[in-house]
Amino acid sequence: MNSMIQFIPLELIHILIGLVAILAFIGVNGLALVYVERKVAGFIQRRPGPYEVGPWGILQTLADAVKLMGKQLFSPSGDRLLFWVAPMLAFAPLPLLFMAIPVGKNLVAFDANLGLILILAFSGLNVLALCLAGWGSYNKWSLLGAVRSVSQAVAYEIPMLLAVLAVTLMTGTLQLSAIVDAQGAWPWQWHWLTQPAGFIIYLICALAETNRAPFDLPEAESELTAGFHTEYSGMGFGLFFLAEYSSMVVVSSVCTILFLGGWKGPGPEILGFIWFFAKVYGLVLLMMWVRWTFPRVRFDQLLNISWRWLIPLSLFNLLYVAAVVKI
Amino acid sequence: MNLYGEIVEAIKGLYSLAVGMGVTGRYAFKPQVTVHYPRKTVDNIATYSGHVELLPGAKNPSGTDCIVCGTCARNCPSGCLDVQVLELMEENPDPEKKPKKIKKLNALMYDYSYCSLCGQCVENCPVTALGFSHHVYWAEFDRKDIKMDLVARLHEQLKTGKEA
Amino acid sequence: MTKETLCGDFYTNCFEADQEQEGRLIINMGPQHPSTHGVLRVIVEMEGEYITRAEPVIGYLHRMHEKMGEIKTYHQYMPNMGRVDYLHALAWNWGYIGSVEKLCQIEVPRRAEFIRVITCEMNRICSHLVWWGAYLLDLGAFTPIMYSFDDREMAVDLLQMVTGSRLTYCYYRFGGVRTDVTDAFIEGTRDFCKLMKRRLPMYKDLVTDNYILRKRCEEIGVLPLEMARRYGATGPVLRGSGQKYDVRRSEPYSVYPELDFEIPVFSECDAMSRYRVRVAEMEQSVRIIEQALDMLPQGDFMAPKAPKRIKPPKGDVYFAVEGGRGKIGVYIISDGSTTPYRLKLRSPSYSNLSLFAELARGTLLADAVSILGSLDLVIPEIDR
Repeated sequence: MNSMIQFIPLELIHILIGLVAILAFIGVNGLALVYVERKVAGFIQRRPGPYEVGPWGILQTLADAVKLMGKQLFSPSGDRLLFWVAPMLAFAPLPLLFMAIPVGKNLVAFDANLGLILILAFSGLNVLALCLAGWGSYNKWSLLGAVRSVSQAVAYEIPMLLAVLAVTLMTGTLQLSAIVDAQGAWPWQWHWLTQPAGFIIYLICALAETNRAPFDLPEAESELTAGFHTEYSGMGFGLFFLAEYSSMVVVSSVCTILFLGGWKGPGPEILGFIWFFAKVYGLVLLMMWVRWTFPRVRFDQLLNISWRWLIPLSLFNLLYVAAVVKI
Repeated sequence: MNLYGEIVEAIKGLYSLAVGMGVTGRYAFKPQVTVHYPRKTVDNIATYSGHVELLPGAKNPSGTDCIVCGTCARNCPSGCLDVQVLELMEENPDPEKKPKKIKKLNALMYDYSYCSLCGQCVENCPVTALGFSHHVYWAEFDRKDIKMDLVARLHEQLKTGKEA
Repeated sequence: MTKETLCGDFYTNCFEADQEQEGRLIINMGPQHPSTHGVLRVIVEMEGEYITRAEPVIGYLHRMHEKMGEIKTYHQYMPNMGRVDYLHALAWNWGYIGSVEKLCQIEVPRRAEFIRVITCEMNRICSHLVWWGAYLLDLGAFTPIMYSFDDREMAVDLLQMVTGSRLTYCYYRFGGVRTDVTDAFIEGTRDFCKLMKRRLPMYKDLVTDNYILRKRCEEIGVLPLEMARRYGATGPVLRGSGQKYDVRRSEPYSVYPELDFEIPVFSECDAMSRYRVRVAEMEQSVRIIEQALDMLPQGDFMAPKAPKRIKPPKGDVYFAVEGGRGKIGVYIISDGSTTPYRLKLRSPSYSNLSLFAELARGTLLADAVSILGSLDLVIPEIDR
């Protein structure tokens, strides 16, 4: 038996353990974030939020998940294959995204030296899922939502990439753990001070990429009823939901790694993951706070923000960083 | 608009967004204003006019003052009151005269599903036998069940001595 | 599937028959759509995100209020008025009661007039608060409606104290009001006025000044005065187009001439100016309530000689009041019997809706939602 194990490469075991941990994390994180979101919304609106199921209502989302799983899976008379592939496609890339994220020193499932590219590439798959969902739903509102989501994603990928590029230009690597290592333990040693413009651009793009309010145009409840997921019931909707909350964590993690020093922080390095999660969930809370405050922007305004403001700004930012690095 | 103006406007706009977030952030730490319904109830039910009820009479505290005139049923816009009269012969009749008939209120059937709580019956009652109850949580599963005999309700109330 | 089996109903077929260009997307907004505030249905023809044609379809909530008026006695018709426009029920109460009082020449005691002014203006604030929250909900902001309902709750509690109900009031009577106001109500109303004065700046910070909201409202749905007149728009919609027309001032009724208040007018003609008119109206209503509370005289709340049975002389009468959405008119023709011969309700939302088809042409879908919200439609009032 011992010799059998020796044949399996250590790397693979490492990845497998990481994958299992990540899948568990995605599930728990989805449940916890839905609960937190509802509580945040409740507190901002001066009401208690979930309250009845479990102490302080913490089991509410679990009950909701059970309900979602128990629901009938209804498919409209459109393309059924595409209709059911879409939610899976929304969910499938998520474990891959989490794998490349270093949570602490050496606490990473797969420390690829092109980790950043991996994350950016696979997070782009989300658009395809929304597009398929809108097309397969055989519903005009869904179709409009899908069209919106594609043009929104195309518009916001560019400034996001440019903002990320500026950081990689500075650190000279695409490996996420190396980018973290380039930053110090204290807030003034992080990248957000050296390039505040990139930080803000990234935050705005992150909101748009995850389809969160005020950029939640693909679902735009009051305009498109529910946009791309109008026709989904049960776990089909649940997977979209899970994907949305997980991608919130992913973009926050990338932001933390690039601009907020990753797991670095005062104190022993072994406790770095606490710092990491504190920063990530701080950013997630900020996204929730934004959502429950602002009205939704209009579609042409959304594109204008990207093409007229964010792209030129991020280009200038890139130029500035290049100049700093060169000099 | 020139570039400079646009930049100034964008910065002002961003500032206005920050102000908005300040407001919601401040309110997030203020006490909650909701009442947790099944556990607690609101405290101003006493001023709410619930369904119509028969009041215990001023002249006849163990029953109703109703004189069975039918004004309430006639004035009701939706016809949700039905006065059922019991005609009795006078007790101990005067042997010289013809025995008088006494009208008594047998039942006052009230169909809450039609009632719009306008108060026409309450106002037009010549003896103030009707009033609004404060029983606001009356609900049934079927529309057919949301009916009541107000006389029976009054007697029930008088027997148990509490306002239901 | 063939075209015939795909779309069935009469309105869609008629709308499709008028299509100028093949291949445009025809989409049904409503009757179950989150931003039509009830069961309004708008058939929309779209080219991408742009609306090329829009047509409202009404009648999903028709309850024959006018016909009911012909078969019910004058007293029995009263509760109907609370159900025409549930958000500003007291103005409709007043419109009907006022017209019958005018027809029968019933004197109303001064105290009752002031109570009517106070309660009606309170109800106007409630109505505008609901509109404010719902409009922002249309624009995608979820929190403001909770804050506005918090304030509205206090006003509704106060109105409950005197009227006994919370939404569909039936409080005014021929020759007065049903119950007298209590001291607790007067104190509570003063507190409410103070609260509103504190809250309105918060609303300004959170919403009115918000850059995203301004961009969603400014220069959207520009309604020129000429067009507003053509469609007979009244209320905040007309005042948002720069016409200073308010029934409380132009055809004064009750004790409004004695009260000092302004009529907010904004002449940008867009959704934002309609928004500003309503917010400014809330301030003015607070002002009116405070004055009316100070001037509230002692005396009867119900005319002692008010008739129990209304049998008006032959003739017709028209009486208009200013409601939350515009001019509310009640026209009664009496043939001398106990029921009206004909009763016509002039509802402001109906006129305000009719301009939507022209206003929405060429706008984005999201703008159409914003325009529809800025008209402040109450569907039961449109269908009556």
